[in-house]
Amino acid sequence: MAHKILMCGNEACGEGAILAGCTFYAGYPITPQNELTAYIAKRMLETGGVFIQAESELAAINMVFGASVAGARAMTSSSSPGISLKQEGISYLAACELPCVIVNMQRGGPGLGNIAPSQADYFQAVKGGGHGDYKLIVFAPSSAQELLEFTYLAFELADKYRNPTFILGDGLLGQMMEPVQIRYTNDDIRTTKKEWALTGCKGRKPNVIKSLLLGEGELERHNQKLQEKYSSIKKIEQRAEAFYIKDSDIVVTAYGSVARIARSAMKKARAKGIRVGMIRPITLWPFPDRLFKETADRTEKFLVVEMSAGQMVEDVKLAVGGRTDVEFYGRMGGAIPTEEEILEKIESII
Amino acid sequence: MKSRAKGKGKGKGKGKGKGHALTENNLIFAHPASLRDVENHYCAGCGHGIVHRLICEAVDEFGIREKTIGVAPVGCAVLAYDYWDFDVTEAAHGRTPAVATGIKRVRPDNIVFTYQGDGDLAAIGTAEIIHTANRGENITVIFVNNGVYGMTGGQMAPTTLAGQKTATTIYGRSLKRDGYPIKILEMLAVLPGAKYLERVAVNSAHEVLRAKRAIKNAFKMQIDNKGFSMVEVLSMCPTYWEMTSIQAAKRINDEVATFYPLGVIKSC
Repeated sequence: MAHKILMCGNEACGEGAILAGCTFYAGYPITPQNELTAYIAKRMLETGGVFIQAESELAAINMVFGASVAGARAMTSSSSPGISLKQEGISYLAACELPCVIVNMQRGGPGLGNIAPSQADYFQAVKGGGHGDYKLIVFAPSSAQELLEFTYLAFELADKYRNPTFILGDGLLGQMMEPVQIRYTNDDIRTTKKEWALTGCKGRKPNVIKSLLLGEGELERHNQKLQEKYSSIKKIEQRAEAFYIKDSDIVVTAYGSVARIARSAMKKARAKGIRVGMIRPITLWPFPDRLFKETADRTEKFLVVEMSAGQMVEDVKLAVGGRTDVEFYGRMGGAIPTEEEILEKIESII
Repeated sequence: MKSRAKGKGKGKGKGKGKGHALTENNLIFAHPASLRDVENHYCAGCGHGIVHRLICEAVDEFGIREKTIGVAPVGCAVLAYDYWDFDVTEAAHGRTPAVATGIKRVRPDNIVFTYQGDGDLAAIGTAEIIHTANRGENITVIFVNNGVYGMTGGQMAPTTLAGQKTATTIYGRSLKRDGYPIKILEMLAVLPGAKYLERVAVNSAHEVLRAKRAIKNAFKMQIDNKGFSMVEVLSMCPTYWEMTSIQAAKRINDEVATFYPLGVIKSC
């Protein structure tokens, strides 16, 4: 039976992983995601899974590589500076088509920055922070409930596409306490048979997992195969939530925790008689560009609000292709935009 | 060696030798079943081929081919998966023991080993090897130390000896400028998690036999769940030592093994 528990976003994320059958976690402490590491350490003891506090983020992501190679549902988490360290491993995971889930509870940057919430790692997550042409499926939850659900879903899609998936949260989402409904049981897990996994070659030819492709044209062919996979993900997996888009002059766009603030601003604006709608991308890659294209023909303007200097706004501009004005409002360095600021911005551009 | 007579290991491959009068009874030397019968890319006089073979002989003799998972490094041995006939994964440079940790923790019944060079293990992967040993991971590490970066063109390695000329130390390694050669096994020996550490060489038939015994001991440690085991193999790189194969083999005795002492460093 579904029941509700009060937990912080980081814990909800960890519970989503456990419910999805994650049996391996490796991580390294960093604020503001420490509740996730602590929660999953405890839950792995209870469920018989593996928890390793690694010597570094580099080691953690490569332990996840090993666990994934061996066929386990595996996960790591960190926050911005730690995610930078994991980029090498993420590139290898994507190249070797190894499923896993990576969580980034973003904090202010660049550099050591601060430990306040931020969305300045959008480019890193959706454009590929490591080397080479690769893509991760990137989810942007906006509540503890969604952290649980999207983490659960992220494991499923990772296995389905043999691709790393990414949860892009922030320190606010990670640490905020909210009631969370536990909707899944372990019986719901949809597993995929992993014939490619390294399990020992009993009864079959040896399996090799590698990304070094030196043969004439071999690496280009591998890239083409990856790109075909990414194209099909792009077709199938775009997700977004929309409000009043058929009845709006301005469509506010925000993801994650900012989307909740923007939604309140939208409500206030509508109460004042301003026709404001909203699109909240749920997948940041694939970006829900179909919805933006459709909406661009109906609305006068987009206003993109982010906790960054303007990163997702570039994808909105690409999606609307110059058919509509795209305005931007952002706060940086761990500052959180308020409802009033967003409302003021809406009023200034209407 | 083109014909492939299967090893005298247990089980698989018995009596499958093609077109040979060889039988189990008269077979005294055979191609290991776990070693693919293909040409390798190693230079003449390189020790990697010998070490690859010794691992395969150990795997065959323990009858563990079907549960062995190898982790190949970045470096000269990056293509090891083309030569070993069991499951193998690549790892990012130096992260080899971290990858092996992940595999072994989710598949504790498999036999997991890493194969690493001196750049992979003693430079870029220093943190990983120390902490993997310190956690006492029940894996086996085969560390091939030839004191030079072979794949990238003969640059200085952390294990390059004082005065040794390389592409990046053209007048020889200066201890003042370049630091000291690292004795990894002696460093790891202080860690309670490291259970079996031995240094061997592959520059003569005698040393090769000792190397094989050490590699088997290390795998046996893992099979018996005794924890972290590692064998450092002093190996030749005639190409970047700019020597003949014979000179390179002799150098191991004269210069390398005098600095890196052979033998069991730790066994418990």
